[in-house]
Amino acid sequence: MSYDKTLGEALRRQGVSRRGFMKFCATTASLMALPPSMVPAIAAALEQARRPSVIWLSFQECTGCTESLTRSHSPTVEGLILGQISLDYHHTLQAAADSAAEHAREEAMKENYGKYLLIVDGSIPVGNPGYSTIAGISNKDMLLETAKGAAAIVSVGTCAAYGGIPKANPNPTGAVAVSDLIKDKPIINVPGCPPIPVVITGVLAHYLTFGTIPELDDAGRPKVFYGETIHDRCYRRPFYDKGLFAESFDDEGARKGWCLFKLGCKAPVTYNACATTKWNAGTSFPIQSGHGCIGCSEPNFWDLGGFYKALSVPNDPVTLVAGAAAAAGVAAGAAMAMRNRKAKADAKSKHQTVTIDDLEK
Amino acid sequence: MSSTAMDLLTWVRGPGFVIAVAIFLFGIVLRLIEIYSLGRKPDLAVARTESRGSGGRTILGRSLPPEGMLKRSPITYIGGYIFHIGLFITVLLFEPHIELIRNLIGISWPGLPSPVVDAAAIISIIALIVVLANRITDPVKRFLSNFEDYLTWTLTLLPLLTGYLAYHHLFLNYTLMLALHILTVELLLVALPFTKLFHTFSLFAARWYNGDISGRKGVAS
Amino acid sequence: MIGRPIDIPIRAENGDEPVSHGNALPLLHEVRHALERLLAAGEETVIDLRSIPMGPGDEARLEAELGTGEVSARLETAIGPSVALETRFPGVWLITHYNSEEQILSRFIEVTEVPAILRSQPEDVREGLDSLSEQLLQQTNE
Ligand code: SF4
Ligand code: SF4
Repeated sequence: MSYDKTLGEALRRQGVSRRGFMKFCATTASLMALPPSMVPAIAAALEQARRPSVIWLSFQECTGCTESLTRSHSPTVEGLILGQISLDYHHTLQAAADSAAEHAREEAMKENYGKYLLIVDGSIPVGNPGYSTIAGISNKDMLLETAKGAAAIVSVGTCAAYGGIPKANPNPTGAVAVSDLIKDKPIINVPGCPPIPVVITGVLAHYLTFGTIPELDDAGRPKVFYGETIHDRCYRRPFYDKGLFAESFDDEGARKGWCLFKLGCKAPVTYNACATTKWNAGTSFPIQSGHGCIGCSEPNFWDLGGFYKALSVPNDPVTLVAGAAAAAGVAAGAAMAMRNRKAKADAKSKHQTVTIDDLEK
Repeated sequence: MSSTAMDLLTWVRGPGFVIAVAIFLFGIVLRLIEIYSLGRKPDLAVARTESRGSGGRTILGRSLPPEGMLKRSPITYIGGYIFHIGLFITVLLFEPHIELIRNLIGISWPGLPSPVVDAAAIISIIALIVVLANRITDPVKRFLSNFEDYLTWTLTLLPLLTGYLAYHHLFLNYTLMLALHILTVELLLVALPFTKLFHTFSLFAARWYNGDISGRKGVAS
Repeated sequence: MIGRPIDIPIRAENGDEPVSHGNALPLLHEVRHALERLLAAGEETVIDLRSIPMGPGDEARLEAELGTGEVSARLETAIGPSVALETRFPGVWLITHYNSEEQILSRFIEVTEVPAILRSQPEDVREGLDSLSEQLLQQTNE
């Protein structure tokens, strides 16, 4: 592992020509969702970039995020970018286990103290630390310890970023997000269930290229990837605006590719890059395959109500409560009516007839 | 933070909505029973004219523009018409709203393209602002107005405004604006039965009654 | 009644005409403006096709509209091939970068006289010069 070589040198050593490098830069710009006019700046920065040390911690997670990343078709630019980081600890991927692995982590921490990038996937149980431990160390302790020497933290996946499925109501393990425990480090949230692989690598590429963290939105997500809702970038949007909706998954509208809003598409409130970046090397994305967005990059999306309920429709059943309320209304109305009747009757009974004789008195 | 926006949205689409609907239904049923149970004293006099149809005609007649309205009170009439029609379009002909109604009571009808609804919404907002300005500047109207008038005006404006801003992604992020939109609708629902907004339900019955009684008294419409 | 698969009303889409979601046309207008700028001021434009929401069929429609022109060049780089294609409209190039498994990495429309990636690069020229000199040196030594 040579930390001293710059990326430019390393690529040239691998027989990559300047043309190849230009292609690499153009694709990296595209990956980072930066305009092509930025390519020269990116080339200059990448030329000088040095490989950062990376420690990857996995807590309460399903390994989907790691899968998403490693399945991103290896011999690619993404692969090259990953090749440029020095993944010093990733206990799912590395051969060593238990104390040997922990030793590697401690080594990497010591060697690059204050400089390494910490990537986390999975949420942290704080209800009972015993719910998730690695080599006998609780997730919380390991995170707090490892975060100390990190230059920045990347929370990969909705679990690390916002708590994700472990935090879903009723949150049995007391799961929390990385940002709930760490307050004094820059944290980049890369949510998604799983996040789009090119978005993960895009964020890493940004860090590699500029050595800084990208501009974040108020949910801690890089604006370049999470700046717009899927709905605003959706190719089915013209149908939404025209009022043409699929009403079921196999009707005429569904076959014609009409909008999926009524089938529960949550894209209007989902900030993510699927609509343009797409999945599987740009092949397609859920809405293109005919299924609405479930909002996987949003905090607490599991509690957003049924996946197949339209966004404008209530989460909880209302019929029962509505019935009860109407019945209560009937009862209260009847009580009121009785009171009013009584008032009327009273007024009537107090009514006295006045005769001429009375007046003459 | 956006997570709180999402949490707010989850609440207004869940418990908040249930609470609002419950209060709304309770209030509506209560008020309707209360009003109708009051009853009227039997009219023992012989009807001057046959009143049949008079109630219905009054409902229709008073909903149509009266003659001379432009001279008498142009802003109230024109503003009122524009606002109510725009509100009707916005509330009942926007697809996401229809989907909500279909989900709640199972009936639905075709909606209008979003840009049309968008136009109706902005026109209603302008009309609302104009009638408010008129209410404040006209000395008689200002004298007749009380707190409730301004409250109901605000409660009506807010859902329109937040819906418009959400659709155009203005000021706040869409998630938060959508949550606020639903929240303001819930406030409106809660207030409706207990304020003059109840005219949504009592208006036509009242017009029918007025028409009918006038018919019996010999001034059938 | 239990439906048989045959009852599902399937309709074959006409194969000649790719279904389009109307996202190709605005892009073509953008290209036209870029061409005007190229002629008037020599200003070059690059459009990243990955940054544009494309529906199924949109990209095919775009390719069909752009057509093919006089030049088609294939580059073999160490990180996979690339293809630079001049479209039917001179000055409008379609650049596609592939990985070594021929999967598309990125795609651009470049409005320029010649795409930068086709030019020989000074760094590579220098390296080429070195190896040519070495080759000649070896031959004189023989
Ligand atoms: S399918 Fe979803 S994202 Fe696309 S236009 Fe409809 S609601 Fe918006
Ligand atoms: S369409 Fe929505 S739910 Fe599906 S992957 Fe994209 S952001 Fe997540």
